[in-house]
Amino acid sequence: MTAEREIMKNQKIYHIVCFAILIGILIIFIALSIYSGSIKYPPEQITEVLFGNCIDNSIVRIVKEIRIPRALASAVLGGALAVSGFLLQVFFSNPIAGPFVLGISSGAKLAVAMTMIFFLERGMILNSAGIMLSSFIGSMISTGFILAVAGRVRKSSSLIVSGIMIGYICSAITDFAVTFADDSNIVNLHNWSMGSFSGIDSDDIKVISATVFPVLALTMVMSKQIGAYRLGETYARSLGINIKLFRIMLILLSSILSATVTAFAGPVSFVGIAVPHIIRGILKTSKPSLIIPASFLGGASFCLMCDLIARTVFAPNELSIGSVTAVFGAPAVIFIMLRRKKTEV
Amino acid sequence: MENPVLHTESLSVGYGRKIIVGDIKISVNAGEILTVIGANGSGKSTILKSISGQLKKISGTVYIGSKNFDRMSRQNISEKISVMMTDRIEPELMTCRDIVEYGRFPYTRQSGILSENDRLKIDEAMRLADVYKISERDFNHISDGQKQRVLLARAVCQEPRILILDEPTSFLDIRYKLELLNILKKLVREKNIAVIMSLHELDLVQRISDHVLCIDGEKADRYGTPEEIFSGDYISRLYNITSGSYERCIPELEAVKGTPQIFVISGNGTGINIFRRLQRMNIPFASGILHENDIDYFTAKRLAETVITEKAFEPISSESFIKAKKIIDSCQKVICCIEDFGTMNMLNKNLKEYAEEKNFLINEMQNV
Repeated sequence: MTAEREIMKNQKIYHIVCFAILIGILIIFIALSIYSGSIKYPPEQITEVLFGNCIDNSIVRIVKEIRIPRALASAVLGGALAVSGFLLQVFFSNPIAGPFVLGISSGAKLAVAMTMIFFLERGMILNSAGIMLSSFIGSMISTGFILAVAGRVRKSSSLIVSGIMIGYICSAITDFAVTFADDSNIVNLHNWSMGSFSGIDSDDIKVISATVFPVLALTMVMSKQIGAYRLGETYARSLGINIKLFRIMLILLSSILSATVTAFAGPVSFVGIAVPHIIRGILKTSKPSLIIPASFLGGASFCLMCDLIARTVFAPNELSIGSVTAVFGAPAVIFIMLRRKKTEV
Repeated sequence: MENPVLHTESLSVGYGRKIIVGDIKISVNAGEILTVIGANGSGKSTILKSISGQLKKISGTVYIGSKNFDRMSRQNISEKISVMMTDRIEPELMTCRDIVEYGRFPYTRQSGILSENDRLKIDEAMRLADVYKISERDFNHISDGQKQRVLLARAVCQEPRILILDEPTSFLDIRYKLELLNILKKLVREKNIAVIMSLHELDLVQRISDHVLCIDGEKADRYGTPEEIFSGDYISRLYNITSGSYERCIPELEAVKGTPQIFVISGNGTGINIFRRLQRMNIPFASGILHENDIDYFTAKRLAETVITEKAFEPISSESFIKAKKIIDSCQKVICCIEDFGTMNMLNKNLKEYAEEKNFLINEMQNV
């Protein structure tokens, strides 16, 4: 009895330490993102801006209107992506499910591109709510495809392959549409469709937060059910869970999260798979009440880091965020597949 | 007659619209074990899935107590029924304790935080299923038999009134089969739970079940006590055995310990069913006087608290006779399964007459 209480206490301490470290890393990356950029300012000057006693307007503008929104956007959207991936992994009981590999992000991208082109050609500019809505619809459509496939194939590797195929098809159509659309605004669209956290302003941040945080809270509330679902549908049902409603909720919440990301930053790959996996490995548990917030923190740091690399390594040229996340995320996927080889994916 | 914990009315089960088994009548009381038997693919699992709400029924009604299952809330049902099915689960990074904890799911708030009481129930269930020692091990890294017992512990700490198990002994070797069934017996006795399960091992079915339901090609063919079902060549017909034959096999559950309450006079196989029934009813008993080559002797040796024996091919000695009389005097209840006595067991006849004189003799069908 005492020995076992001891283990539980040690586990608790370990988890608290992990969370403290995750929060610490996040703060460091946020600071790094604010302090570095294509124009080099001395750190003291930026600190002055942050504490509101700087008189140089150009620095204030760059920090407050570009760097801070960009850092916050990378953090919140990165966290959202990681949680979205986690929810999909629960839904498909498959560790390599994620919004990007299942083609959900690409579906959203296609829908957003089509709506934008439609509006641009009529001389109108789509507001962020409109972009989010079309992104959500796009992700729901490709989720629908994936669900139809999942109903027919039992093997989870086939599911992933069909997801990647759907992703390619959507991307191809998007590229096609973007290339042939005749408007100068399309240049922006092209940048967006490659994936980037640039150009997000503080109004966007408000919309993003108002979407992501309530969904995150709802996900946390559902963590008891998500936990039970790990035992499989039969046991979850026998514990009194309404499986149909639960699955619909999972897909909806996950789609809202990934659609928000796609709407503002375009498709960002592999965060959804790599981060929850790394977090599980660090926390040595799969308890959703711990994994969800930890994945959010981890996803936030991961995207901040990737964004930092994307905009500083070849400055003033920027890499697309997807290329950087892929460099770190794709090996994680390969690693998971290799490890699961024994138990057959 | 007490009210059954679960009963069905003209229940038909199957997938989609296709009926696999129709017109099923199940009725199980608290503290009873009902076993469903039948050939592979006969629909045993389908029945269990349907009465536990995993599968939509085609027609008919399931009642829990006096309530209609379909009108009960999910929460309410989860407090009444727990299941252990054949689906293999491979949860990532979960210890055995994590798995068992989910048995408390219906009783915790949305936060999922366990109370002290919940922890006690979890410990108790893990001890009962003999998995307490491996509670911190990763569920994916233990043997199939251990997994099965962890899942049983999970089902137990859900504190159900009805426990539904689909082939709980699959993947287990004979030792764990017997252990698992002993645990079930204990549960039924101590917690007054009703158990409905499917089982392939017919020898074990006879030992553990209070009632047996036989499924044979689209219908619930027979329902009765194991003695009724396992008589004659019914089993061979049920399983369509055409080559070879079905014989009663050897395994037995544990003997009931305590002062003998009943003395059974038997011989030549007449006592085996009584022995097993007494074992199931948890009544310690004595048996005699049996020759060491009598078929009853082998069963009695394992199930009876005391067996009065005699050497093979020898007439019963007076020492054995006196010993037997002493036990009869102390338990004051005698069941006699023999009608015709021979020269070798003449003294058994005397025992019977002695019991008759003292008015100790009871009918075997009488409710002891």
